[in-house]
Amino acid sequence: MNHPLPPAYYELLEEIQAVDFVLVELTLYLDTHPEDYEAIKQFNQYAQQSKKLKKQYEQQYGPLRQYGESYSGYPWNWNNAPWPWQV
Amino acid sequence: MFTQVKYYQPYNSPNDPCPPVRVKSYQTPPQLYIGFQPPNLQQFSPKQALYCGTLWPAFYSPYPDPDGRNDDK
Amino acid sequence: MWYYEKKLQYPVRVGSCNPQLAKYLIEQYGGADGELSAALRYLNQRYTIPDKVVGLLTDIGTEEFAHLEMIATMVYKLTKDATPEQMKAAGLGAHYANHEHALYYENAAGSAWTATYIAAKGDPIADLYEDIAAEEKARATYQWIINLSDDPDLNDGLKYLREREIIHSQRFREAVEILKEERDRQIFF
Repeated sequence: MNHPLPPAYYELLEEIQAVDFVLVELTLYLDTHPEDYEAIKQFNQYAQQSKKLKKQYEQQYGPLRQYGESYSGYPWNWNNAPWPWQV
Repeated sequence: MFTQVKYYQPYNSPNDPCPPVRVKSYQTPPQLYIGFQPPNLQQFSPKQALYCGTLWPAFYSPYPDPDGRNDDK
Repeated sequence: MWYYEKKLQYPVRVGSCNPQLAKYLIEQYGGADGELSAALRYLNQRYTIPDKVVGLLTDIGTEEFAHLEMIATMVYKLTKDATPEQMKAAGLGAHYANHEHALYYENAAGSAWTATYIAAKGDPIADLYEDIAAEEKARATYQWIINLSDDPDLNDGLKYLREREIIHSQRFREAVEILKEERDRQIFF
């Protein structure tokens, strides 16, 4: 596979990166603030949003995770370029 | 409020061969001041947060210092 | 165990083929205060630290691997398709002789990564202070590389990584506060 990805790919990826970044920040925050109820609510909301976006991404561009965390297409499409450092 | 850059004037000798830098600076970012993070700090939008590298404006530390000096009181 | 996700944590961009910048940036790949050292330092300390800060060490250690992949991406893009002449002119002739375009865990001066870069004292306060210092040193290294770089796209990613050091330092400082607290004394059985 060596054709350039459409702009929509980069937009969706950026959206996932933004939502997942909020989750990283809230994770580290909650590690030291385990009783912040509002932050936990926000964390769960973003976790749900991240799942939704990744489902959409994987349907178009293939699996994000391995070991059964993502479904595979046929044939096995995990090896398909581009890898993250190539895009 | 605090500033994120501090300045000092090092001693310069007439025998120093490199042209003297009269004012030197160093970074003092927000984590040195905030202590245990209080709950409900104002947040960036997800995209802003991604591009700033933090979810909370209180922790945002621009580098290099955007105005050369950073004396917001 | 760990799960790999086939995406970068941050959209890394590089403006030009510039092996010279790759040579400086490798400091944060295989240098003393680089991302590999950070990830291994925190994940290794988890086994001998009070339970209530293990989650934090796990999560920051894991994020460091995402940063390692970002640095690798930058180095990869800065040197991809660079000619041997360009590598030589950038001071990477010796690297090229041994590794061609392969990445290697070494610092900007070409010394291989070593476990002596990371500390594990077994004393929770000593280890957390080590971690805070490591974050501040990594922040400083990013500043010096940004000062050396004239690539605004690259600097965008480096500024992001510098900001992450600030947040990690903040969390480690909070971890110290958590371990200082005497809350456990008040538990009634």
